[in-house]
Amino acid sequence: MFYREAGQFKTTYEADSAKFPIFQDKLFIWIYLAIGFIAIPLLSNEFFLGAIMIPFLVFALASIGLNILTGFTGQISLGTGAFMGVGAYACYKMTTIFPEANIILLIFLSGFFSAGIGVFFGLPSLRIKGFYLVVTTLAAQFFLEWAFIRIPWLYNYNDSGAIEVPQREAFGLVVTGASASAEVRYLICLAIVVIMTWIASNIISGRIGRSWMMIRDMDIAAELMGVRPLYAKLSAFAVSSFYCGVAGAMMVFLWLGAAEVESFDYNHSFEILFMVILGGLGSLLGCFLGAAVIWILPVIIRAVLPPIVDTLTVFTITSAQADLVSDIIIGVMIVMFLILEPHGLARLWAIVKQKLRVWPFPY
Amino acid sequence: MSPSERWEENNMLKKLVLGAAAITIAGSMMHVPAAQAEDTLYVPSLSYRTGPFAGGGIPFANGFADYLNMLNERDGGIGGVKIVVEECETGYNAQKGVECYESTKGNGALVYNPLSTGITLQLVPKAPVDKIPVLSMGYGLSAVAIGEKFPYGFNYPTSYWSQMSSILQYIDQNGGIKGKKIGFIYLDVGYGKEPIPLLEKLGPEMGFEWVGFPVGVKEMQNQSATWLNVRKERPDWMIMWGWGAMNPTAIKEAAKIRFPMDKFIGNWWSSANADLDSVGASAKGYIGANFSGIGTDFPAVQDVIKHVVDKGNSQVASKDDVGKVLYNRGLFNAVIVAEAIRAAQEATGKKAITGEDMRLGLEKFDLSEARLKEIGLEGFTAPIKGSCSDHEGAGSVFIQQWNGSAFEKITDPIPPMTEVVRPLLVEAAEKYVSEQADWKTQTCG
Amino acid sequence: MELLRLIFIEPFQTMYALPDLLLQTLWEGFVSGTLYSLIALGFVLIFKASGVFNFAQGIMVVFAALALVGIHALGVPPFLAVILTLGIMGLLAITVVRIVLKPLVNQPDIILFMSTIGVTFILIAGGQLIFGGEPKAMITEELLLPTGSSDWEVGGGVVIFQHIDIAAAIIAAILIAGLALFFNKTRVGRALRAVADDHQAALSVGISLEQIWVVVWFAAGVVALTAGILWAAKSDVSFALQVIALKALPVLVLGGFTSIPGAIIGGLIIGFGEKLFDLYWGAPILGGGTESWFAFIIALLFLLYRPEGLFGEKLIERI
Repeated sequence: MFYREAGQFKTTYEADSAKFPIFQDKLFIWIYLAIGFIAIPLLSNEFFLGAIMIPFLVFALASIGLNILTGFTGQISLGTGAFMGVGAYACYKMTTIFPEANIILLIFLSGFFSAGIGVFFGLPSLRIKGFYLVVTTLAAQFFLEWAFIRIPWLYNYNDSGAIEVPQREAFGLVVTGASASAEVRYLICLAIVVIMTWIASNIISGRIGRSWMMIRDMDIAAELMGVRPLYAKLSAFAVSSFYCGVAGAMMVFLWLGAAEVESFDYNHSFEILFMVILGGLGSLLGCFLGAAVIWILPVIIRAVLPPIVDTLTVFTITSAQADLVSDIIIGVMIVMFLILEPHGLARLWAIVKQKLRVWPFPY
Repeated sequence: MSPSERWEENNMLKKLVLGAAAITIAGSMMHVPAAQAEDTLYVPSLSYRTGPFAGGGIPFANGFADYLNMLNERDGGIGGVKIVVEECETGYNAQKGVECYESTKGNGALVYNPLSTGITLQLVPKAPVDKIPVLSMGYGLSAVAIGEKFPYGFNYPTSYWSQMSSILQYIDQNGGIKGKKIGFIYLDVGYGKEPIPLLEKLGPEMGFEWVGFPVGVKEMQNQSATWLNVRKERPDWMIMWGWGAMNPTAIKEAAKIRFPMDKFIGNWWSSANADLDSVGASAKGYIGANFSGIGTDFPAVQDVIKHVVDKGNSQVASKDDVGKVLYNRGLFNAVIVAEAIRAAQEATGKKAITGEDMRLGLEKFDLSEARLKEIGLEGFTAPIKGSCSDHEGAGSVFIQQWNGSAFEKITDPIPPMTEVVRPLLVEAAEKYVSEQADWKTQTCG
Repeated sequence: MELLRLIFIEPFQTMYALPDLLLQTLWEGFVSGTLYSLIALGFVLIFKASGVFNFAQGIMVVFAALALVGIHALGVPPFLAVILTLGIMGLLAITVVRIVLKPLVNQPDIILFMSTIGVTFILIAGGQLIFGGEPKAMITEELLLPTGSSDWEVGGGVVIFQHIDIAAAIIAAILIAGLALFFNKTRVGRALRAVADDHQAALSVGISLEQIWVVVWFAAGVVALTAGILWAAKSDVSFALQVIALKALPVLVLGGFTSIPGAIIGGLIIGFGEKLFDLYWGAPILGGGTESWFAFIIALLFLLYRPEGLFGEKLIERI
C-alpha cells in the first residue's frame, strides 16, 4: 500500500539500473541516514553508543569485508581476525611515526597494509579451493597472531605487549583516546561505514564485482569466458582485507582503546563469519543485519534474561549462565537459519518487502 | 518443496522472528535499570565463569562476592551502607570486558577489578576520564604503581615486577643465584611478558643468566616441545608466569622430564589448588608465590562460611572450596575494596561515596597488623600501606609449597627489592604517559 | 652468515651432541602425531561419508571427556561411565543427524560446514552450562591407564618413556586399525564407502543415508572420547582443549580429506615436524612458540605443490 512502484516509470537505462530504482527505497535510505546521523546521537546515552552502536558498525564493516570474499567471490576465509589485526597494528605504527597526521586518514591508509598481507595470503587461492583454502586462511590467522606477539616493533616495545591508543585529534575534535566522546567516535564510525558501504556496493555492481560473482558461481566457466582468476581472486582478497583492516583499525582506535593480540584471535574470525552467514551471503544489507543480531542480541539477552527469570520463575540465573544461554541461542539460530533460510536475514527482509508491495493482497 | 510451501514456511519464520522481537522488547521495557538508591555502595565484579580461563575466574569471583555479602549480613554493609555486588561476565574477553564496563559504570560504580591484564589495559586510560579507579590486584600494568602518573590506577598489594624480585631473592636465599641459569616459562601474551624487563635488568646485577620459554594460548595444553627445550637448556630453576590450563600441563610436563619440583616456582597466578589438584602427588615440592593466606583458620573466613556459605548464598560448588588459594585471593581483593571504602567514608565524611572518593580512599589505604587483626585476618597477608605516590603498597609475597594435596606456607613474607623496581616502574610510567597527550597526572605533596 | 649457521649447522651439532634429546624429541613427536592422527580420523570419517567438514570435532573431544568425568563424579564406576558416555555420544550423533544434517541434504558444502560451527557453539556453551567451566582432572588411574615411566639410557643421556604415552600410542593404533577393518570388511563399512562414492547411487540400491550418517557420527564420537581421555591425561579436561583439534586441520590437508592412511601419515609428519622444528630451529632463531603455526604453514606450502593432499583423490573438474 505504502510501498508501491505503480506509476513510477523508467525512461532511461540509467534510471532502470539505478541502485534504488523505487522512490520509496530512496526515501527510506535518506530516512535511515537521518536516523543514524541525527536521531541516534541526539537521543542515546553513552552506553548505547559506545557499547552497542560503535561495535555494531565495526563488525558490520568487517562483515562487508568478509562477505566480499566469501559471499561474492566464494572463497571461505577464517583469517578475518588477523587481517583486522594487521589494520590495527598498521594504524598504530603510522600514528606513532606521524603523530600530526589526521587519524581518520590513517585509519583509511591502514587498510592498504592489510590489503597487501591479504593478497599475499590469498595467493594459494589460485590453486586451492574449498576447505583446503579454509586451512590456508587459518594458517594466515595463526601465523599473524604469532607475529603480533613476537615482533615487539609492532607495539613500540611496550612492556605490556599491547597497543595503547594515544589521544589524537581531527578537525579540532578529540577523536581517539579515552577523552574522546562517544558521539564523536560514533559519528566518525558511521561516516566511514556509510562511505565504504557505498563504495562496496558500486564495486560489486561494476565489472570487478561481476567477475567475482562469476568466479563464485563456477570458476572454470568464468575462466573460459575471459575472467582472469588471478585478478579476480586477488582483487577480492585485496578489497576484502582492506575492509577488514579498516574495521580493525576502527575497532582499536574508536572502540576498544587498547588491544592485545587476543582481540584479533580466531574466535573473531568465526564471529564475523556468523554475521555474514546469518545476515546473508552475498548481501550488503545482510552484513548490517547479521552484525546487529550477533552483537546486539547477546547484549540484550545478557541484560534482560536474569531479571525475567528472576521474576517469572523460582530460579535465579547468573550473569555467566545468561552469557552461555545467549551463546546457545546464537548457535541454535545459526542452525535454524541454515535450515529454514540459507540466504539469511537479507532474504527475510526481501520477503517482507515483497509482502509490503502486494499488501493487502497475498499474491 | 513447492513455492507456496516455501512461502508458508517463510511466513512462519517471520512470525517467529517478530514474536521473538516482541518478547525481547517487552522484556527490556520491564527491566528499566533500577536507579541505584542513594545509600548503596555499588561494586561491579567483572568475572569470568566461562571460557578457557574459567578455572581461575570462578573461585576468585566467589571469594570476592562472598566477603562483601558477608559484610552486608554481619555488619549491614560498610558504615551502615549496603554493598551491591553485580557480576558481569567477561569470559576473559577484552571486548566483553569493555561492554561490561560501559554497562555498569553509569550505575555509580566505585571501583573496577577486571582480573584480566587485557581488560585492565583498556580501562586504565578510561579511569581518569570517568573518575572511577581501577584496582588491578597484582596484575595489569605494573607501572600504575606510580601514583603521580596514574592517579586512578592501583595494583595493591604489589606489582609483577616486585613479585619477580621477591622470587629471585628467594632463589638467592636458597643456594645462591649467582652463576645460575633461570628458565622463565610464560603464557605468550602481555601478562606473561610483563616481568621480562625486570629479568633483563636484574640478570647482570645479580649475576644470573635467564632463558625464556613462551607458551602460546592455543598451545597451553600441548607443551611437550617447550619442555624438550627446557631439557636442552638445562636451567637450574624454573619460574612460571602461567594461567588457566597452562599451569597443570606445565607441572605435569615438568614431572615428566623429572625437573626437580622444589626448583620450580609459580607466580601467584600459577599456584592455585585447581592447578595442582589434577597433578596430585607427582607435583609434591612445587613452589609458588602468594600474598593471600591459605585455609579457613581466619575469623573473617569463618564469618564468610557462617553468614554466606552455610546459608546457601554463595556460588561455591562445595564448602571445601572456601579457603583455597584463589578463593582467598578473591576474598582479599574484596578486603582491599572494603577497607578503601571505609577509608573513603572516613576521609570524606559521606556515607555513600563516589568513584572519586573511592580513589581517595584507595590512596589512604592502610592495612596494618592491627587492622588485619581487627577485621579477623591476622597473618593473612603482610601489612600494606598506600600513599599518593605509591599505588602498589610494596607488599611482600610469601612462598608456599605443595605437599601433594594442599599448599603450605614455607617462608615469611619476602619484601620486594623496591630500590631496583621503583626506578624501573617510574621509567615505564613515564614512557606510558609520554605517549598520551593530555594525560592527567597529579603531584604528591 | 650467523643466520645460515643457525639454520644449517648448529641444529645438527646439537642433535649429534645430545642424541638422547633427539630420540626423546622423536618419541614425543610420535606420541603427539598418533593423537593428531586420531583426531584427524574423526574428521575423515565424517567427511568421507557425508561430505561434511565437521568443525564440531574439537568440541566433541572436550564434551566427551567432560561427560565421562562428570558421570564418574556422580559415583558411577569408571567403565560404566565410559559406556554411558558412549551412549551420550550416540544420542548426540542421532540428534545432530536428525535435526541438523537431514534437513540440509543437498545443500552446498559451505552451508553444512557452517551448521557444524553452529553445533560447536551450542556444545561449548551447553557443556559449560551442564558441567561447569572449571577444569577437571581426567580419571586416568580409574580407567586402569598406566602411570610412571621407563628409562632407556643411550649416548650418555636418558630417554624417558611415559607409560601413559606408550598406552596412548597403542590405543590409538588399535582404534585406527579397528576402524579401518570395520569400514573395509563389514556390511556397514561397505555401505559407507558406497555412500562416499555416490550418494544417489547408494540411495538407489537401498542404503539408508541417515543410518550411515549416524554410524559415522557415532564412530567420530568414539574417536573423540578416546582422544579426549588420552589428551586430558597429559594435562586436564578444560575447554581450552578444543583448540588442539584445530591441529587436525593441517593433518587433513597433508593427508587428504578422504584418506584414512593419509590421516595417519599426515599426523605423524606434523607431530615429528613441529617438535623437531620448534626445538632445533624455532626456539633458537625465532624465540620459540612456533608450534601454534608451524603445522599450518607446512600444510600451506604443501598445498601449493599438491592441492589434493598426499593421498587425496585427484580432482577432475567439469563444467
